Amino acid sequence: MISFSSVFKRYRGGQDVLRGVSLKVGAGELVFVTGQSGAGKSTLLKLIPAIERPSAGTVIVNGQNVSALKPSAIPFLRRNLGLVFQDQKLLYDRSVFDNLMLPLSFSGLAPKEATRRARAALDKVGLLGREKANPIQLSGGEQQRLAIARAVVNRPAVLIADEPTANLDAEAAQRVLEIFVAFNQVGVTVLVATHDMALVRRYGTRVLRLAAGQVTEDVPA
Amino acid sequence: MRAWLRHHRMALRAALGKLAGQKAGGMISALVIGVALSLPAGGYALLEGLVSLAGGVALEPQVSVFLKADASKADADKLAARLKADPRVGGVRFVPREEALKELQGEDGLSDVVAALDRNPLPDAFVIRTRDANPQVQNALAQELRGLPSVSHVQADALWAQRLASLARLGRLAVLLLAALLAFGLVAVTFNTIRLQILTQRDEIEVSKLIGATDAYIRRPFLYLGLLQGLAGGVLALGIVWGGLGLLNSEVRVLAQTYGSSFEFGFLARGDALAVMLFAAGLGWLGASLSVRRYLLEIQPK
Repeated sequence: MISFSSVFKRYRGGQDVLRGVSLKVGAGELVFVTGQSGAGKSTLLKLIPAIERPSAGTVIVNGQNVSALKPSAIPFLRRNLGLVFQDQKLLYDRSVFDNLMLPLSFSGLAPKEATRRARAALDKVGLLGREKANPIQLSGGEQQRLAIARAVVNRPAVLIADEPTANLDAEAAQRVLEIFVAFNQVGVTVLVATHDMALVRRYGTRVLRLAAGQVTEDVPA
Repeated sequence: MRAWLRHHRMALRAALGKLAGQKAGGMISALVIGVALSLPAGGYALLEGLVSLAGGVALEPQVSVFLKADASKADADKLAARLKADPRVGGVRFVPREEALKELQGEDGLSDVVAALDRNPLPDAFVIRTRDANPQVQNALAQELRGLPSVSHVQADALWAQRLASLARLGRLAVLLLAALLAFGLVAVTFNTIRLQILTQRDEIEVSKLIGATDAYIRRPFLYLGLLQGLAGGVLALGIVWGGLGLLNSEVRVLAQTYGSSFEFGFLARGDALAVMLFAAGLGWLGASLSVRRYLLEIQPK
């Protein structure tokens, strides 16, 4: 599903953030990417939807060489990936419901079908009934769940989340992780970056440990 | 196909919503466009009115030959024979002085003046239609006739028509130049309003790019916004011209009546009015597309 081979990433004028990362994630896997901040977790995840491009090496997603993708093809790659951003990137000028309608509008879905999907996504993350609220009125955990709902509303095969439990209390964090586990159980490939090792160990899934831009440990499920 | 149409409908609705939602901002831009465009459009309407008024006076270029007041009937007959023999002359009409006076009496407002005269001050005259409408031929003929002893004065209307035509051309060119200059200004106005709109929607654009919106999708509502703003400006310009001409005409009618004329300025022809609207809409679209090209590229989410 996702494969990296000898991927290097250097930001302009900076150090190498990734130094020869090679890994493979199969369809239907649930993988936690751990490591201290600055280890390269975020960069690793950003290479998959081509938000960043590798300086060297290749990234292949679903058979497509993402590192060589034309800019005009990138939107279609991203539609097949569910992305949960570290800073969530919710829009606070519109309701919870309209936040979900945004990705649905790109694909030109009929309004009835779009509404149905939005409600289904809200239901999955336990936010049904909050459609009319503004995201600012939601708690931190609820905002994170809304971000997840927006990522999955187009039914992607891959879900990628960068530090989804940062700034959440233990209870909210666990609730968020359980949502990822539930999606994985229905066949979605899930990649979650987190620095919270204690939380990760509880699930007994595959763990990739990054340190200084290299994979130092690959613990299978 | 249906998805594509739905995208366009959504973009149009979003643009309409923005135009209505901004109230002040978008409407002020449309007002600027309208006022600016009303200048060349109104100038054009005035010019066309004046040209049609003047054109009615000297529609067909002709040469008028006035004989000296003391010229005899024999002199007139000699000249008539000479003119008929000239290959350049297509037709000659002799206007005896008595007939000229009668014609003058028939003119608006002059009958009193004519009645007050104690003798006929008008000379005999020939009105010549040349075979060739070329003003050079007419001028050459007029020059020759001026040299004859019995002729007092020759008037070549071709010159008149020529001057009028070149004045009209000059006026049209000035209007066109004005329109071209203002067009640049209008593109700049739209460029700027769309830029501001892009900046206020920066978050939405950034998120949309991140989760799979194509550039065309993101661009579309802004292009429609520019188009609609231009179109609104065009309609406003026509409204200003219409209202302005209406005000002018109420005075022009009074003035024209004193000359016994029913002249008034006509509104732009339907085709011209349509052209103004399309022109304004096109400028709006152009300004928006330049702005979008410049600023949407800048937004590259990380």
